[in-house]
Amino acid sequence: MAVVLDARGLNKRFGAVTAASNINAAIEQDSVVGLIGTNGAGKTTFINMITGYIKPDTGGIFYQGRDITALSPREITRVGICRSFQIPQLYSSLSVFEHMMVGLGVVLHNAGLGGYFSRGQPNVPGHDAPAPEVAERILERFGLADYRDKNAQVLPGGVRKLLDIALTMVAKPTILLLDEPTSGVSAEEKFGIMEMVMTAVKAEGATVLFVEHDMEVVSRFAQRVIAFYDGRIIADAAPEIALTDPEVKRYVVGGALHRLDEQQGAPNA
Amino acid sequence: MSRDRTLPILGAVLLSVVLAGPLLPQWALFLLTIAIAKGLVALGLMLLLRAGLVSFGQALYYCAGAYAAGSLGRFFDISDMLVQMLTGAAAAALLAYILGFLLARYRGIFFGLLSLSLSMILYGLLVKSEALGSTDGVNVLPSTVLGIRPSQEWLRYVVVVVGGGVALLATALVYRYLRTPQGQLAPAIKDNEIRVEYMGTSVRSAIHVLYVIAAALSGIGGALAATTVGHIDPDMAYWTTSGEFIFITILAGTGSVVAPFLGAMIFGIIHTVAYDLSPNTWQLTLGTTLLLVIVFLPEGLWSLFSRRKGA
Repeated sequence: MAVVLDARGLNKRFGAVTAASNINAAIEQDSVVGLIGTNGAGKTTFINMITGYIKPDTGGIFYQGRDITALSPREITRVGICRSFQIPQLYSSLSVFEHMMVGLGVVLHNAGLGGYFSRGQPNVPGHDAPAPEVAERILERFGLADYRDKNAQVLPGGVRKLLDIALTMVAKPTILLLDEPTSGVSAEEKFGIMEMVMTAVKAEGATVLFVEHDMEVVSRFAQRVIAFYDGRIIADAAPEIALTDPEVKRYVVGGALHRLDEQQGAPNA
Repeated sequence: MSRDRTLPILGAVLLSVVLAGPLLPQWALFLLTIAIAKGLVALGLMLLLRAGLVSFGQALYYCAGAYAAGSLGRFFDISDMLVQMLTGAAAAALLAYILGFLLARYRGIFFGLLSLSLSMILYGLLVKSEALGSTDGVNVLPSTVLGIRPSQEWLRYVVVVVGGGVALLATALVYRYLRTPQGQLAPAIKDNEIRVEYMGTSVRSAIHVLYVIAAALSGIGGALAATTVGHIDPDMAYWTTSGEFIFITILAGTGSVVAPFLGAMIFGIIHTVAYDLSPNTWQLTLGTTLLLVIVFLPEGLWSLFSRRKGA
């Protein structure tokens, strides 16, 4: 399959701390990739470098062959790479519906539509419908329709997470980076949220990279796992291989995998 | 959803001024015109406030607009108030476009104090400028409209009607802007700038645009005040003038484009009555009013109307 995102030899140091050391990863189109590792292993640094929030000291990031290393976060969003946040980044004074409309407004504005002198409601590029209709559609897909007119500030944690992710969909991303989509969400809600997000995202046809600490979630949803430790990639393979890798088990998975093995009845090495 | 009637209401208000104007005393017409002029400045401040920015120096553009209008008469013998207002808007917008490259980088107290210091720089320059009358200022030629010079008894009426018409037009343009995707970005910028950037647009350029619009509105207001009062002086750029505009904006609230004009009118009335009753302590009355509004109507006077509508 075609490589849609290619990170080549990324290095990043913050003073004495090595946040990324020779990171190489080619992400194939339509794949779902889980990024795992302990806190400080370099997962979020990797996401921040892809989205332009921090620049690598050396190395390059290529999107469909185009060098995007030097672009700013908003330019990278316009290219088609969007991200969600570990702590939902919402607009506290806006309703759920208004969140969508603001996001869709940016998409229209960037496409030179819906400007000062335009009349009527133009179709949002990529969605082929006017903004209010697209907003309702996305909210429906993410199970947010019931919260439509609620203010973001009063939403429960899981709903805030969903809204944060739904907001990335307005730009119709080709690559979606989800930073801990289930963190801060109760154990019972986790799978429901991931299921809903993955179904919605796949319906829009995006390649997904997600950071996750729950190995059950990783093994269930990821087709490929990239494990980070100390700024390095220590494993990059299908989940059943990567999660049983001795180094990964030692540095990343720890107790989590044992529980997973017991549940699945797999022999524990 | 009920249809928004903001512009028809403003049109009706202007129409009633046109009809009732000949019956109003001269002082009331004057008060009304000044309220329109200050309302325009407050409208600009409201735009910035929606994006979370408080400019403590909007008098810079009020004064720039007034001096642009005054200079037209002094150096080119032009007294047409439409030309004056247009020039005032253009001069203020140009100045804001240049200064905006600096100011759009700052937020919060830094934005506020930087804008204040820029207005005080203009004040300092005007005080030292002999050609523009130094501290005495300069007189502005009596207003004409499209080549017609109204007689003395009709002058105030003509000024309020023409000024009101221009203000209505400007407000309608702002009203439309607030309904464009870019115009709806302001509350999002106020809440979470990083997210706005990650959605794919530049916060800095959005703020720059707002800043220029706010300045243009202030420039029109300044030019209207200049032609109404017939005299301009550097005090128009002084920081207490900026404070007055913030007072009006807070008093009015940011709920509607009508609010700043209502706020400016009420400010004018409180100011006049308080000054009449007690010339030495009128600030006390103003201060108490603001205190009461902040405590009981934190969303400004406009919330009285929006609440009733919601009920």
